[in-house]
Amino acid sequence: MSLKKILEDELDDLIKLAVTELPDDVEQALKNALKHEKTEIGKMNLRIILENLEIAKTKSLPICQDTGILNFFIKIGKCSISYDEIYKIIKNAVKRSTKNIPIRPSVVDPLSRKNTNNNVGEKIPHLYVDFNSEPYFEITVFPKGAGSENMCKMFMLTPHEGLMGIKKSVIETVIESGGKPCPPIKIGIGIGGSSELAMKLSKDALLRPLGKNHPVQRIASIENKLLKMINDTELGPMGLGGFVTALGVNIEYASCHTASLPLGIGMQCWADRRATMRVYESGKIKYLSHRRAGH
Amino acid sequence: MITHLSTPVSKEEIIKLKVGDMVYLSGKIITARDRAHMRAKEYIRIDKKVPNEFENSVVYHCGPIVKKKNGNWKVISAGPTTSYRMESLEHELIQRFGIKMIIGKGGMGEKTAKALKEFKSVYCSFTGGTGAYVTQNIKKILNVEWLDLGTPEAVWIFEVLDFGPLVVSMDSHGGNLYNEVNKKVIQNYQMILESTNKY
Repeated sequence: MSLKKILEDELDDLIKLAVTELPDDVEQALKNALKHEKTEIGKMNLRIILENLEIAKTKSLPICQDTGILNFFIKIGKCSISYDEIYKIIKNAVKRSTKNIPIRPSVVDPLSRKNTNNNVGEKIPHLYVDFNSEPYFEITVFPKGAGSENMCKMFMLTPHEGLMGIKKSVIETVIESGGKPCPPIKIGIGIGGSSELAMKLSKDALLRPLGKNHPVQRIASIENKLLKMINDTELGPMGLGGFVTALGVNIEYASCHTASLPLGIGMQCWADRRATMRVYESGKIKYLSHRRAGH
Repeated sequence: MITHLSTPVSKEEIIKLKVGDMVYLSGKIITARDRAHMRAKEYIRIDKKVPNEFENSVVYHCGPIVKKKNGNWKVISAGPTTSYRMESLEHELIQRFGIKMIIGKGGMGEKTAKALKEFKSVYCSFTGGTGAYVTQNIKKILNVEWLDLGTPEAVWIFEVLDFGPLVVSMDSHGGNLYNEVNKKVIQNYQMILESTNKY
């Protein structure tokens, strides 16, 4: 079967999986959070979150009514498909899913605020494409709600502000955001690069599962320290006080100009929804985000 | 304290609620978020009639997913949205319509806090992101107004049963759970900065 045909057949299911079931790592992290939380209000919020996950899974309902803007991250290995073909398949799947699942029509014109009613608009959904030489095609659906997206931030720090400046900016962003991005949050950080690359890296960092540190030890160490600092603020679940404020901190980095220190901070709500599917040359399909799903 | 309330909620019932109390609410609630707040404010300004449901209402900051089936609307997912976006508009609506309770997530600012105290209203938090959970508590869609704003921004009138546990987080006496938490968080942050060798 051609890759085109497989995508046409499978993409609706992948979108549905993304909005109705959390990835295995996130569900596990939320269960662990309930074990660690000590405040009554914090525990109550986490129990409602876990109950909500069960209801969504059992009844095939969107976990959260804000099914967000659907972002697509694609890795193209050794396969033959054109950008136009992929984009057309994605657009059609988004339109169908809006009607069939249904997901909320949340895409509007930025100025007139007119809703397109099908989650497709100017340059939306957006495709982020990477090329590699692997023997597969990989696609991740990343629905991003506005509660957390509105709290993302970008800083152009000076080189002398250094690592301490990075840590302060991240913690202060979390404190300012309070309960708005639906803690316990996941934080994706992009260090270095340029202004746009730092923000892109922060999204790449969010795409890495929880519990998987950066392979470079000095970066992994910053991830762990920042997570501890953030949880020691005791902002807590939903910003109502408690011991679990963040589920994880992931960092990606790039080299940068000798005069710059760009910092991108990506915030993700506890409903850290994403679904990743890999299609091999043989036509074999593998889900990476959800163990129990599909094939 | 755990309280079960039914709409219309009286002023006496609101005054009794204190920060930290839990509420289970039954009866009629209306959804309103960014666009509905903007339109309500505009209608106040030009003296145009808004739907009766705003009077003495419980306002739920929510933009639900709904589906029309056999001519009837059905709720698919309907958790709370971030309340702070309504901060610059809410106090006027509380004053004009006598809103008794606001349900949302993340808390609101000082303008709203002042209006809650002055006009005896209360802000309750519900767990964000729990759209599927809330469908169990919504028994019926009674009506919809301002549907021209689009389904997420329209004013939906829901009949709910035991919607909760809602946490009273800003009460009618000036109590504010978000401010209490924020104060503690700032103190903790100072300690974190002073003990960076620990991290």
